[in-house]
Parts: sequence; C-alpha cells; structure tokens
Amino acid sequence: MDAVQEQELTGWRKWAASVGDQCIFFSRFFKNIFAGGFEWSEFVRQCYEIGYRSMMLVGITSFIMGAVLILQLRPSLVAFGEESMLPITLTVSLVREIGPVITALICSGKIASSIGAELGSMKVTEQIDAMEVSGANPLQYLVVTRILAVTFMVPLLTVIGDAIGLIGGFIAMNITDNISYVLYFHKCVASIDFSDFLPAFVKTIFFGFAIGFVGCYKGFNSNKGTASVGIAANSAVVTASLWVFVIDAMAVQITSILFYK
Amino acid sequence: MEAVKEQKKEPAKPKKDVVIEINGLKKAFGKKQVLKDINLEVDRGENLVVLGKSGEGKSVTIECIVGLLKPDAGSLKVFGDEVTNMNDKQLKELRMKIGFLFQSGALYDSMTVRENLEFPLTRVLKLTDEHEIEERIKEVLDGVGLLDAIDKLPADLSGGMRKRIGLARTLIIKPEIMLYDEPTTGLDPITSKEISELILSMQKKYKTTSIIITHDMECARIAADRIVVMDDGEYIAEGTFDALHKSKNEIVKAFFNDIL
Repeated sequence: MDAVQEQELTGWRKWAASVGDQCIFFSRFFKNIFAGGFEWSEFVRQCYEIGYRSMMLVGITSFIMGAVLILQLRPSLVAFGEESMLPITLTVSLVREIGPVITALICSGKIASSIGAELGSMKVTEQIDAMEVSGANPLQYLVVTRILAVTFMVPLLTVIGDAIGLIGGFIAMNITDNISYVLYFHKCVASIDFSDFLPAFVKTIFFGFAIGFVGCYKGFNSNKGTASVGIAANSAVVTASLWVFVIDAMAVQITSILFYK
Repeated sequence: MEAVKEQKKEPAKPKKDVVIEINGLKKAFGKKQVLKDINLEVDRGENLVVLGKSGEGKSVTIECIVGLLKPDAGSLKVFGDEVTNMNDKQLKELRMKIGFLFQSGALYDSMTVRENLEFPLTRVLKLTDEHEIEERIKEVLDGVGLLDAIDKLPADLSGGMRKRIGLARTLIIKPEIMLYDEPTTGLDPITSKEISELILSMQKKYKTTSIIITHDMECARIAADRIVVMDDGEYIAEGTFDALHKSKNEIVKAFFNDIL
C-alpha cells in the first residue's frame, strides 16, 4: 500500500501528496523501461487490445466528423463563393486540431477507463499484490507495456482517423456537389505541409502518454473496495480528457512560436 | 502473552532454527492502531496458525513479512535479515523464498491456469526451457489434484479450485516459507477440510515453514503445530491446539466453544 493512501490527508496536503505520488510513479515507470526484461509479448497484445480494438470507434467517429464538417462549412463558404476551399479547410482543421483532439478524447473514454478499471479490479482482487509478493515486477508487466502501447497507438489511430475523416468529407461533398476523388484528395494533400502535420503528430504522442499514464496510475493506486474500481475508471476518463485539453493548449502555443511566427 | 503448555514435563529442546523473528511490531492506519506490540518467533518447518477476530491485524502481520506494508516500529527478521530496512532488490530476493496464498487465490483472471503457473517461472525464476516449465507445472497441478484444469480460465473454476491453483502457483517456485491468508474462508466444510489437509501435505512434501491466518478451527486443528491467538493488536495466548482448547481465557474459549 502506498504511503499516500495510508495517511488521512486533507486539502492542499492531499493534493501535494498526490502530485508527489504521481512523480514517484512516473520515475518508477521510466526506470522500468530500461530495467531490462521488457515484456514484448504483452506490449504487442496491448497494442492489439488498445489500438486495433479502438479502430472501429475512431474510424466511425472520424468519418462522421469529416462529413459533418463539410456540411457545416459549406453554407459559409458558398456565401463567399469559396466552395472550392472546402477540401482545404477540412484538411487543415482535421489534421491540425480536430483529428488529434477527437481521437484523443475517444481514447480517453475508451482506453483510459478500461485500463483504470482493469488495473483497479486487479488491485481489488489482490492480483497486483500477488505479482509483487511473488517477486515479479507488476509495474513492468502491467504499467510499462500499457503506457507505451497507448503512446504508440494513439498517433497511429489519429493518422487513420484523419484519413477516414477526409473520406467522410469526400462523400459529404458529393451529396451536394460533384467532385472527383482525384481532385478532392489532390486539394487535400496539397493544402497541408510539414508544419501542419508534424506538430499535430507530436502532440498525439503526448496525448497517448497522458491517457496511458493516467489510466495506469488511477488503476494501480485505487483503493481496496469494489466501488474504487468505478471511481478509478471514472477518474481516469475525467483526468485524461482534461490533460488532452491542457496538452493541446500548450502545443498550440509552442507550435505558434516554432512554426507560424 | 499467556503461554498455554500441555501438562507434561517437556524434554530438553534442541537449539531452535528461527526463520521468522518479530519483535515489538507496531502498525497503525490513520488513528487505528492495528498492531500494538507483536512478538513472535517461527521455527523452520513449523506450521503456525494465527487465530483472531476480523480486523485484528492478522493479515497485516504477514503483509509486513513480505514487505507489502511497512511497519511503523519494531523489528522483523526473516532468515536473520531485517525486512524493514531492505531495498527493492533485497526485497525481491526475499520474496523469491516466500509463497503467499491470498484469501481470494488472486489468480490472474486474464490468463489460463497454465499461464498463471508459467508467470512466476518465467518472470521470477527466469526459466526458458519449455520442457522444464511444463514438467514443473504438471508436478504442482498433480500435487493439488487439478491436472485437468490446466487450460481453464480462473472464471471457470470453483472457489476451492481457485484456492488450489493459487496454492500451486505459490508452490511452483519452491518457497521456503508459506504464508496463508485465510485459506479456507468462503468454502464449504468438505472443501475446507481438503484444503487444510492439502496445506499439511504440501508442507510435508516441500518442507516449508508456514504461517496460516484463519478463523477456521478445523483448519487449525488439522494444520497447526502451534497456535497463537490475537486480540486487540497483540498476541494473548500461545500453545498447541489441545492446550489452547483447555484455556480459561474467555477470548480463547470463544474460538474453541464449538469444538468437542
């Protein structure tokens, strides 16, 4: 049991203890990445569970988002006689902001909650304690693999989501207009450059890390009661979603300084 | 502590080989002092049963022994080494010599029985020879009488079977000390008796030193070489099953009331 949980702290002391506890958890995670004996098979399994099993949800959401964006943007651009700008507007907004944030929020809901609930339930049923007392390293098996898998898969899901979003936009455009897919995708690809894609891609790595870290921390440190599993899952979603927005706000500032000054 | 001895003159004892030595152990959670002053010695090869009401800190004692909890004060030596001062590496080495059977069995529910048993072999003992791994899995499963369950998931097993597999998983690394946290709780009397007899037979087969936390008097009768009774964070009585059965202490008597 962690020291933080054993003491009855209140107010800012509780908050400070929690921050300290998260720093310790982070340093233990970081140390365990390089401790040797990396669990490759568990990492691949987690990539499948986290990435592949989230693909359908991310795909459907991105498709709808792309289509809806086109349908919402069209009246405004038509009013200015700039409907030819629709693919460009969609691509820039999707690649720079909407794609990464929507994918990260979906992953916060799906992945952070499932990791929080799974590890929380393992804590309640003493499975994590059993691993620890057997001399195995639960942090390496359960935490390192999950955090790295989410960090690795969220950027990939974002790229896939962006592509599907553009397909959704193409179909939505063809409801009202008639545009060939060659022209549409040519406009899409031509409208973005390195400075649009790279910062967005890099921030999804941080989104992925935050989602994995929060899910693992909440689950790994949940209390020993059935209700705590629900609390861990719920708290993981809320905290991870909040972190997505905080990281996004920071990324916008950094990107503006580095690329758009 | 009331030391209840059987009414006969004891022969001179050979020199003790103490494996676990606890002196003045204290542990509190918030304002509740769970362990007040625990003093205990467990000899090599001994089966010690700890009796006590729920919430008296029986499990806390064994969780301190494996370093899952850190005591607030006192000394806790296992194989002569102070557990409270151990770093992660030393603790890991110690844990490789200790088996801990949790109340629920604590099987990894996403893994089959085979994978549960493989886990300590590949992660703790770092075995790579598949033939040796298979041999050891089959040996312990045969020992607990559940060879047929090798490819089942924990969800497909009964409570008693889960306890047996949990026992097999702890025994597979051949520990020198076994700590049992209420091994028969929640089981029917027949299965409880089977588990208690299994604990005894495994202790004889693997020559382990054991601490068994239980409320189950039948388990205590079958498995105990010595019993200590815990009340209000302290050990209040100690002796063999038959000696404690005759105790005049009200708390001790309460445990033995239904025993004929």
